[in-house]
Amino acid sequence: MPAASRTENGDSAMKKKVRIIPGFGLSMGVTLSILSLVVLIPLASLVIFTAKLSLSEIWEVITRKRVLASFEVSLLTAFVASLVNAVMGVVLAWVLVRYDFPLKRLLDGMIELPFALPTAVAGISLTSLYADTGLVGKIFARFGISIAYTRAGIIIALIFIGIPFVVRQVQPVLEKFDPLYEEAAGILGASRTKIFWKVILPELAPAIFTGFGLAFGRCLGEYGSVVFIAGNHPYETEITPLIIMSELQEYDYSSATAIALVMLVTAFLILFLVNLIQIRNSKILNGGH
Amino acid sequence: MSTIVKKRSGVSAAKKQEKQVISREGNISIHEDTKGSRAVKYLLIGISVVFLFVMLVLPLITVVTEAFKKGVSAYLDAVGDPDTLSAVRLTLEATVIAVIINTVFGVFAAWAVTKFRFKGKKLLVTLIDLPVTVSPIIAGLIYVLTFGRQSAIYPFLEEHGLEVVYAVPGIILATVFVTFPFISREIIPVLESQGTDEEEAAAMMGAKGFTIFRKITLPHIKWALLYGIVLCAARAMGEFGAVSVLSGHLRGKTVTLPLHVEILFGDNKFMPAFAVSSILVVLAVVILIIRSVVEYIGKGRG
Repeated sequence: MPAASRTENGDSAMKKKVRIIPGFGLSMGVTLSILSLVVLIPLASLVIFTAKLSLSEIWEVITRKRVLASFEVSLLTAFVASLVNAVMGVVLAWVLVRYDFPLKRLLDGMIELPFALPTAVAGISLTSLYADTGLVGKIFARFGISIAYTRAGIIIALIFIGIPFVVRQVQPVLEKFDPLYEEAAGILGASRTKIFWKVILPELAPAIFTGFGLAFGRCLGEYGSVVFIAGNHPYETEITPLIIMSELQEYDYSSATAIALVMLVTAFLILFLVNLIQIRNSKILNGGH
Repeated sequence: MSTIVKKRSGVSAAKKQEKQVISREGNISIHEDTKGSRAVKYLLIGISVVFLFVMLVLPLITVVTEAFKKGVSAYLDAVGDPDTLSAVRLTLEATVIAVIINTVFGVFAAWAVTKFRFKGKKLLVTLIDLPVTVSPIIAGLIYVLTFGRQSAIYPFLEEHGLEVVYAVPGIILATVFVTFPFISREIIPVLESQGTDEEEAAAMMGAKGFTIFRKITLPHIKWALLYGIVLCAARAMGEFGAVSVLSGHLRGKTVTLPLHVEILFGDNKFMPAFAVSSILVVLAVVILIIRSVVEYIGKGRG
């Protein structure tokens, strides 16, 4: 603590901590009141409502066949979509960092489109593109493959939603990556493919996992873009958020809450894992191992 | 010492030579343009361009072509429809309010988190970030549980004629919730790297809190703040899931633009649905451009 303030405040400094910068009370007050109104009180009401439900009641709801099927659909489609995005994310980040070509900036700016475009618009647009009569769907329909209104359609929508995550995680790591290591490996006689797998990829791995985790979490909860293209057939293409939605429309708040709890626990678990990886990742970004 | 240095430089010179020899023979060297590496380069660029074209550009083109399928006048009819206009109004209202609340919150929260030390700071930051990790449907659900019919405060709300669920306040609350950390998240890292020295100096010279903020802090966070506002606005105008839970879909009353798109599409009115979507597409593209410009200028100023 600077000496000036200590002499100025004298005894009071001994009694309570002196904060030199003003506004602690005001800023904490505003922060906590808005936080309480928007986040804490609504979250508390979820806890209160959950406390009213018995464990057997929750278990009965979440083990319904239709609900279990929706877990399977949601997990499977989110996993496949995030996997595709993990691979494409590395390719995109590589292309954007390592190569120079015309319109590169445009390509770079486009990556964020899924964040800016409302999910409902993406949903109806992808549906009309991938329907059996749509521009892209037509090509697949010729081979007897339907995309819209099947699980493949859900995966397409989730790929759209998840594009930015892996790219934006891998890009900064790749930018900071010292080409010295690659050069060393090259001089020692490693082939390009070997350098990529043995030198570059291990360094990118934490960023890829983080991006994958964030995309996976987002995809599990995604609703807007999926409902249009999914067709929403029970057991086949019905995602978990949609089940919660229909329970709410029937005013069955207990069932909705029970299913929501499963989703929340899953989301927090993913977030926890991502945080663990991110701690390691930020160490790499800051230079140390 | 000097011998070691000499040795080192000798080694690196040898390495350079070796590298030159290798590359002259047409063998591997990282920055050498071999046929194989060029092929890989164009292959990867090609894959990226095709992927982004099919996944991102084609959907945008589809919206525009479908919107104008039946001509300009049909498009204008759909866009000028009273229901559409009321949806535009509600979307703007919710977006503006969400941006204002989250800006006020973001600035105060960032100030509290970065300028002071206190217990539970990590918890506070985690709680602020929480809303984006929650599925939008669950966001809607928790507001239904808080303000809906089975809630403890529902009798109070009813007595005072306050409607939240299936009414405009619910839509606004949901929009604020899903965009909650967007602005604080942008400002906090900037203030953290800046430290507290300048503010402390100003405070000891007798500057008042607001003066310190205006003269010292604000110039630092200007671009981050603007960037956060742009992101917040983008997400707010497009929010679908959470708003959908709380809206009740009363046409002309509680329908935002994305919900209006859903209703039209559900009624098999495809052309009007895409016409309304095109408004949102234009807004999204504008936001992306502003985002790039803000990022560019912000980086340049440093």
